[in-house]
Formats: sequence, structure tokens, C-alpha cells
Amino acid sequence: MIRFDCRLVRPAFVFDAAFEAGPGITALFGPSGSGKTTAIRLLAGLERAERGAIALGGRPLLDTQAGINLPPYRRRIGLIFQDALLLPHLPVRANLNYGRWFTPPAERRIGFDPVVEVLGIGHLLGRRTDTLSGGERQRVSIGRALLASPQLLLMDEPLASLDNARKQEILPFIEQMRDVFAIPIIYVSHAVEEVRRLASEVVVLDEGHVVASGQPAVVLP
Amino acid sequence: MSFWALTAEEWSAIQLSLKVASVATLASLPLGVLTALVLARGRFRGKILLDSLVHLPLVLPPVVTGYALLLLFGRRGPIGQWLEGTFGIVLSFRWTGAALACAIMAFPLMVRAIRLGIEAIDRRLEDAAGTLGASPFWVFLTVTLPLALPGIIAGAVLCFAKALGEFGATITFVSNIPGETQTIPSAIFSYTQMPGGDAGALRLSIIAALIAVAALIASELLARRAYRPERDRP
Repeated sequence: MIRFDCRLVRPAFVFDAAFEAGPGITALFGPSGSGKTTAIRLLAGLERAERGAIALGGRPLLDTQAGINLPPYRRRIGLIFQDALLLPHLPVRANLNYGRWFTPPAERRIGFDPVVEVLGIGHLLGRRTDTLSGGERQRVSIGRALLASPQLLLMDEPLASLDNARKQEILPFIEQMRDVFAIPIIYVSHAVEEVRRLASEVVVLDEGHVVASGQPAVVLP
Repeated sequence: MSFWALTAEEWSAIQLSLKVASVATLASLPLGVLTALVLARGRFRGKILLDSLVHLPLVLPPVVTGYALLLLFGRRGPIGQWLEGTFGIVLSFRWTGAALACAIMAFPLMVRAIRLGIEAIDRRLEDAAGTLGASPFWVFLTVTLPLALPGIIAGAVLCFAKALGEFGATITFVSNIPGETQTIPSAIFSYTQMPGGDAGALRLSIIAALIAVAALIASELLARRAYRPERDRP
């Protein structure tokens, strides 16, 4: 269970939103500039809230009143960016193992082989990252985040920079991830069909505020 | 005697130049990386002041820098006295002093190249590493440093080349003593002051140019290798 309630003031933009997310995939939905990415960055600890609280499974990650603010590397939250952001100086295998290496052995509950198999990237392990296609890069970046055994996975428009064929290639992997590895996922998108297909809950944002939330069939246009 | 037969004094000037430039480069590299990192990433009061201080040797007349070194690091200077009293290190009129003068004169060039290398890195890669569990120390070691490597190599080579050619600050601080502080530029200067020294001056000038070109080629080869990821072994 994720509880999120944060306020952040930027010039010409006020973000003030609260929501909860359970297991499965929760979508943050809304037009660009609605604060979806801000919410993701706040969750990951890459943005600092003026006031607010974030708790993950009862563990406080941020509580401005209590003076708690865990840095990103202590939050155990995986983040998939729109462009995969693979480390260009490391081959695919080292990219995959990067987060695993920083995870204490007792907390490595996700194994290397199942991830490679589910994502179908076994044939890419020895490759340089700049020889991969867009879809392959995104699959490797999903694998990399999974192998850090995160307690929550954030996906910030992971399909937005891919063409339709590539999208269709990745979507089943995201569903598999949700079902096989049982990690709660917060999924940012402005594409209705993606959200409808993947999400069990939707939080609709507009101009930095939550305007609706509920099941996709009820909330989506 | 053929044109290319080097005298013992010329050999020692070449060897000394290589030694001084290597020591100046290697000893200032860690501080250069740190300074570049602070300037590229730091947000603090007095950043402009630090930036100006680093660049000062670039705009000051080299003689002034050399004289300042003499005042500070000379045997009667505050730092020089302390170094001699505490560690028994004497810099003035020694080759180590030449290395210090060269390092300070080359420092702005080195910092600038490394800073550009660091600023060219996509900061989101560092964010990504952070969300994967890497603390800032590990992010620096495993992401920032390897990705800045081409800039660091460029900075080191610029520093080396500048140190080879440094003249004004060196001759002011440590003078022009054959075998101890007479580097290639000082030796060329001596030749030009000497009747019949033209051939020697030309010979050393050509050698200085060759060493500089070799350093540039070496840096290019190193920078090309830097980006090649290690191959996975089955």
C-alpha cells in the first residue's frame, strides 16, 4: 500500500495531490503538464516536496513534519524512464546487475534467470547498449529495475518513445511483470488504451491536482 | 658532429621536462577532478570566487605567478618554511618546485577540460543509478567518473603539454640550473642567449614539438578506448 500526499510550488505551477495505491497497476493519467511526472519524481525522491508525506507499506519515505526524507538510493523504488537510460559504458549484463549489486543479498527476492526469461533478453546479455533497438533497450531497463528487487515500480511513460509495433511488443511484458513478480506498479501515461488495458485503478491528474480516481471503466472517458 | 647528436645537457633537459610534466600532471589530477566536479555540480556561495582563483594563472603574467610562488613557497616564505620545517621538503630551485609551478600554470586548462566532460553527462543517468540503490559516492565512482573519462584524459594531456612548455613561472621560481631545474624551454632560452646556439635551440624546439604531438595522439587513442564497454565473457 502506497500513501502519497505532497505539495510542491513552482513558478506558475502548484502541485498538491494525495492518493493511495494498492497492489497491481495504478495509473496516473492526465494531459502533459498535469503533474504526473512530478508525482513520480517525488515518489522516487528526485524532487523535494515543500510539505507532505509518502509511506510505502507502512514505511515512511517522506514526512516533512517529522523531518524524514529518505534519499532515492534508500527508498527501494524502481523507476523506468521514458528513454531507457541504460548506462552507456556498461554492456547489457552489467546494466542488468547494476541495481542487484547494491541490493543486500537477503533482500534479493527476484532472480536473474527468471527476469531474463520473462523479458526475453537472454540473447542480448553480451551486447553493447548502443546496438539495441528502442524496444530492447526498454526491456533491459525494466529488467534492471526489477533485479534491484524494488518494493514499488514507477513507470514514467515507458512506451511513449516507441512506435506502435514496439508498444505491442512491450505491453505483454509489463503484464507479466505485474503477475509473475507481484510488484505494485505506478504507471504514468496519457494514452487511454494503455491505461485501460493495464491498470486496475486510475488516478486522474489535472494542473497538479487529483480530479478523479477509481476503476478505469468508471473514470476514463 | 651531426645535427641530431644531443649533448648530455640537452638529454638531461629532455628527461627533466618529461619528469616534471609527468609529476605535475599526476599529482594535480585528483585535485583537478575534485575542483571540476565542485564547479560543474556545486551550488554554493563563492563559486565565482573559486572559479576565478582557478583561472587566475591563465590571465596573470607567468612571471607574477612565479614570483608569488617564490614569496609563498620560497625558503623564507610562510608555506616554504613550514614545508621545510615539518617535512624537510624544499621546493625553490629544485625540480619539485618546477613541477609545482607547471602544475599551477596548467591547472586551469585541466579543470576546464574535465569540467566540460562532467557537464556533458546526462544527469538523468545519475538519477537512474540512484534509484537503483547507488549512493552518491558509488554514483560518482561507477557513473560520473567513467563517463567523464574522455574529459579527464583530455585535461591530463592538456596539463602535460602545458607543463612541458611552461617557462615564465618556472624560471622565476626555480631559475635555470642545468641538471636540476633546466627544462626544455629554459634550455632553449639559454641557447638563444649564447653565440652559436641556433642549432641547439632548433634541435630542442623540434623535439618539444614532437613530444607535444605524441601526447595529443596518445590522448586521442586513450579517449577512443575509454568508451568501449568491457566484453562479456561466456
